[in-house]
Amino acid sequence: MTTDLGFWVLQTLNALQLSMLLFLLSVGLTVIFGLMHFVNPAHGSLYAFGAYMAASLAGVLGYWGGFFLVPLAVAALGAVLYFTLIRSQRRAGPMAQVLVTFGLIFVAVDATRLIWGDLPIGIAIPAMFEGQLPLLGVEYPIYRLFIIALGLVVLAALTLVLTRTQIGAMIRAGVDNDQMAACLGINVERMFFLVFVVGCALAGLAGAVAAPVLSVTPDMGLQILIPTLIVIVIGGLGSLKGAVAGSLIFGFVQTFGAVLLPTLNSVLIYALLAAVLVIRPEGLLPAKG
Amino acid sequence: MNKTLKAALAGLAISTAMSGATFAEDIKVGILLPYSGVYAALGQDIDDAFALGLETFGADVGVTFDIVREDTEVKPPVGLAKTKKLILQDEVDVMVGVVSSGVLGAIRDTVDGAGVPLIVANAGNDEATGAACSPFITRISFSNQQVNRPMGQWMVDQGVKKVFTIAPDYAAGRQMIDAFTTAFTAAGGEVVGQEWPAFQKTQDFGPFLANAKASGADAVYVFFAGGEAISFVKQYDSFGLKAELSLYGSGFLTSALYVEAEGPAAEGMITALHYVPTLDNPENAAFVAAFMEKTGRIPSEYAVQGYDSARALVEAVKSGATDRETLAAALPKVSFTGPRGELRIDPATNNVVQPIHVYETVAGPDGLTQKVLATLPAEADPANGCVMPASVN
Repeated sequence: MTTDLGFWVLQTLNALQLSMLLFLLSVGLTVIFGLMHFVNPAHGSLYAFGAYMAASLAGVLGYWGGFFLVPLAVAALGAVLYFTLIRSQRRAGPMAQVLVTFGLIFVAVDATRLIWGDLPIGIAIPAMFEGQLPLLGVEYPIYRLFIIALGLVVLAALTLVLTRTQIGAMIRAGVDNDQMAACLGINVERMFFLVFVVGCALAGLAGAVAAPVLSVTPDMGLQILIPTLIVIVIGGLGSLKGAVAGSLIFGFVQTFGAVLLPTLNSVLIYALLAAVLVIRPEGLLPAKG
Repeated sequence: MNKTLKAALAGLAISTAMSGATFAEDIKVGILLPYSGVYAALGQDIDDAFALGLETFGADVGVTFDIVREDTEVKPPVGLAKTKKLILQDEVDVMVGVVSSGVLGAIRDTVDGAGVPLIVANAGNDEATGAACSPFITRISFSNQQVNRPMGQWMVDQGVKKVFTIAPDYAAGRQMIDAFTTAFTAAGGEVVGQEWPAFQKTQDFGPFLANAKASGADAVYVFFAGGEAISFVKQYDSFGLKAELSLYGSGFLTSALYVEAEGPAAEGMITALHYVPTLDNPENAAFVAAFMEKTGRIPSEYAVQGYDSARALVEAVKSGATDRETLAAALPKVSFTGPRGELRIDPATNNVVQPIHVYETVAGPDGLTQKVLATLPAEADPANGCVMPASVN
């Protein structure tokens, strides 16, 4: 089985698809942390909200209605969170921040149960992406290829914004040294808000994109949280490159571990995490050199 | 105002006195179900159907059933604390419920030690009516092995010779698949490969499906439940496997509770379960109609377990049982024909003995429905180390 080229192609695509989904989630979380030194465990809950909203909208506006509206709706939710909770906790120190945002997870889980009920929900893959595409000798689901493509597009767009635009330069300056950036006349607080909201929108997008592949359940936000945190710790807190590297490493280790070393699979990624923490505590590609 | 109040109170007093005279006995029933957490929907189905069962069968037995509900939250320590509360503080005569096998394992010794009869309305772990059986624990739902074992012979009879199995890596997943593969290989089939994805940590089954496809099997046999079942069925279809590799499994995979969320991906899957809402018998027709009228939902296998738990309790009371001791002795002796068919309790293990129904998920006029292909005869589980003390029976 392992000598068959098709097997490697198929599993590589599976790994890429998982990586891209994790990338959409972790990039928001890591940049928010890099800029604001603010850990937001409730990021996973925004992903769950995105998936639920996509499931609800799919019945009314079809899949694409959800695809475009959900990131906006989750961004709006992020803005509300920012003004009610996040801003006031900005200077409260990490312990208070983690307690508040961790509490939010439980609020979010019960809110989704109240609104959407306990039963898992499923939505259909959009008609244009149904079926499989022959690719290097394997038949691969088109929708999964779409997820990979979407991840690459978001990655390209973010790279472009961060490296080629003024706002990107300001964000990078803020990540490097927020006090110095503020001294240079950059409104760090406003930039902060912008980054937070964009990060939330990406989490919502990830939820909307994942909904047709996975089942939408109240605890999906909690389930995705640990992988996302592992990705940003391995990659290096605050760095876009780190989020890319971390997502790819997680996706490949998880996928190939599951099929090649099934007995070791559940510990493999944690062992890697521990090794990274021992050898390079700041992550593989940290934001600050 | 004052007069009417007095009249009302007088009326109340008279009716209380009369009811006191009519209903000689009060039986206190403690219900242990998850009303929150991942299995809350299952708990609700069992609870609604249990209430319906008491209304349907318990109205004329001359006993009032006082219900005390406790939420196990699907957490073993919480379930244990609530069990102790029901036994010591509420002093219930009988307990009903338990969805999670983890909770059942945690409360087993307490229930057994206190001698309070427990009617298990879901949890299917084999040990509960095997090595860890108790004269006080009567299971009216199913056991993991019972649901899957008959599929082994049946699939061989259908011409399936080689299977690949996939199930989550935890006790129930192992028990379901092991019971199937044992029967399947005994009947002459061959298991060409197995995958055990990490339980509740696997959302993407793509990597495992690729292995199933490459294994050269005729069919795939799986067990998944809840959200995992939905993800699995949809991903199986999205990889185009449905067309080339038939999917069989434990019937929880395409349960009436989840099949709508799975959508057209579930069509054509053949699974086995102890109940589907489309069973054609008068008891089931009455149950489905009454449950739908009460709740607006189609009853699931969880609902029928709640309904039959109530029926079993009522039958025990009809046979003269009134307290912990007599109920514990009477419950394992009940037998009746319900929506699932003929049910009895195996005296060797206190587990239910019931027929298993093989069904295909098909598209009907109002969405997906279950077409029963075969009803396999009831068969008692092997005792598996269960030794019942003789004194109670």
